[in-house]
Amino acid sequence: MNRILFAGLVLLSGAMQACANDSTKQQQQQPVAAENQLKLPAGFKATVVADKLGRARHIAVNSNGDVYVKLERLKDGKGIIRLRDTNGDGVADEQFAFGNYAGTGIAISNGYLYASSDEEVFRYKLNDKNEVENPDAPEKIVTGLVNRRQHASKSIALDGKGFIYVNIGAPSNACQETDRTAGSPGRTPCPILETAGGIWQFRIDKLNQSYADGVRYATGLRNVVGLDWNTSANELYVTQHGRDQLNQLHPTLYNNEQSAELPAEEFFMAKKGMDFGWPYCYYDPFQKKKVLAPEYGGDGKKEGDCGTKEKPLYAFPAHWGPNALLFYTGAQFGDKYKNGAFIAFHGSWNRAPLKQGGYNVVFLPMKDGKPSGDYEIFADDFAGGEANLTPANAKHRPCGLAMGTDGSLYISDDQGGTVWKITYTGK
Amino acid sequence: MMVVLMSFSLHQPDKASMQRGKKVYETYCLACHQVDGTGVPRMNPPLIKTPYVMGDKKRLINVILKGLNEEVEINGEFYDNPMPPQPQLTDQQVADVLTYVRNSFGNKGSAVTAAEVKAMRAKK
Repeated sequence: MNRILFAGLVLLSGAMQACANDSTKQQQQQPVAAENQLKLPAGFKATVVADKLGRARHIAVNSNGDVYVKLERLKDGKGIIRLRDTNGDGVADEQFAFGNYAGTGIAISNGYLYASSDEEVFRYKLNDKNEVENPDAPEKIVTGLVNRRQHASKSIALDGKGFIYVNIGAPSNACQETDRTAGSPGRTPCPILETAGGIWQFRIDKLNQSYADGVRYATGLRNVVGLDWNTSANELYVTQHGRDQLNQLHPTLYNNEQSAELPAEEFFMAKKGMDFGWPYCYYDPFQKKKVLAPEYGGDGKKEGDCGTKEKPLYAFPAHWGPNALLFYTGAQFGDKYKNGAFIAFHGSWNRAPLKQGGYNVVFLPMKDGKPSGDYEIFADDFAGGEANLTPANAKHRPCGLAMGTDGSLYISDDQGGTVWKITYTGK
Repeated sequence: MMVVLMSFSLHQPDKASMQRGKKVYETYCLACHQVDGTGVPRMNPPLIKTPYVMGDKKRLINVILKGLNEEVEINGEFYDNPMPPQPQLTDQQVADVLTYVRNSFGNKGSAVTAAEVKAMRAKK
């Protein structure tokens, strides 16, 4: 019986593939290649939706299962790829590319697809077929954001209530007069914070908004790549990339080990008006407090007025690079995962010469909007071997997360250009 | 015979200079450019067989003395992080570390001398 059903499905899927538009790229389902295999908890399975997409940054899944991938670098002149699985095997058998700008941010909310370049935010209406109505003519809703190369990604999140939240990363490590230069003092007040180093809030339905039209929603955030609106807590949550190079810039205060473990990558709830302390303070997870940055007179212990800055809800290991945050609202994975946080860690470079870390997706259990336990590694082996790991030789670097309406978890990678779909099979 | 010797001395880096250069690299360069010179994708440039490292020595010396804060393109890839100037290094340290970088990670290039660094520093 099962065999007959299976044979029928194979025939059906073959027929559907044969009918697919000739202009779309075909991909047969095949065993997951060794270089794309992930380590997952028992009962979970990874399917490669697509690979070799280029710099696949953030992703969004539409209610019909279409996966939209934002590319940090144009591929064949396009910056967004729509992946479609027409036969339900999890593998995309159609690709459609559009958008003439590169970037990181992408999200779907209330009938619109939103996407960002490193200076602007656009939106596309979804039509009655649940497809982008006019892929070549989006509405530009935000323009003129700071892009000075470093930390230029404009990640986005929506609250479903008319507002979009845009990360504007600080084009700097620690707001020194000369960036990343030993002996150069920190600037007081740090002028970068006027136009970057925080989250800005804009309206979703007003065109060509600039800084003057937006609100600096939260400040003192060096660079946030992963952010998400938590619908159970009804608040914005963000993950910060902490500062680099304590040892190289301050060798008399920090040794290599301290530099590799400080500061923590911080996970925050971001309410309007909050200040998280960058560049004046950083979080030391061993002393469990914010201390004064050495560019501002700190010695690794002095607190200054850092006690007045917001504390993290959770402190992750230093330099792992949290590039995506997703609150899991699905049912497929079970109660343990409900309303908890998945975080994709891009993987470190600034732990050298010590062993690198991250290159994984972790799960942090949450209850009532707060962490209710310690994180565990959910998906691992992206880098493809820990020995002699450097960022350049990692096979994959996790960068984006999204959830399908059936509760499947999607993960993107901006090094190998792979998108995985994670499902719970119980086997 | 003369030609052979000259080419030998031009291309064979001094062993002591290489060893000193490795120390300088580990202290000032490794955290960003990594232990194997591969750098960090899109952030910190690789040092392997790039025109910046293997090309004009004067430009390379200036990258150390004056830093580099502009868009860097290597093999179609762009790098975002600024290179801080390292004026605290002595002429000999700059010569050693550049000799080391030009002869490590699969690179093979002529040595950089302290005199060459001194000349560039004097130009300002």
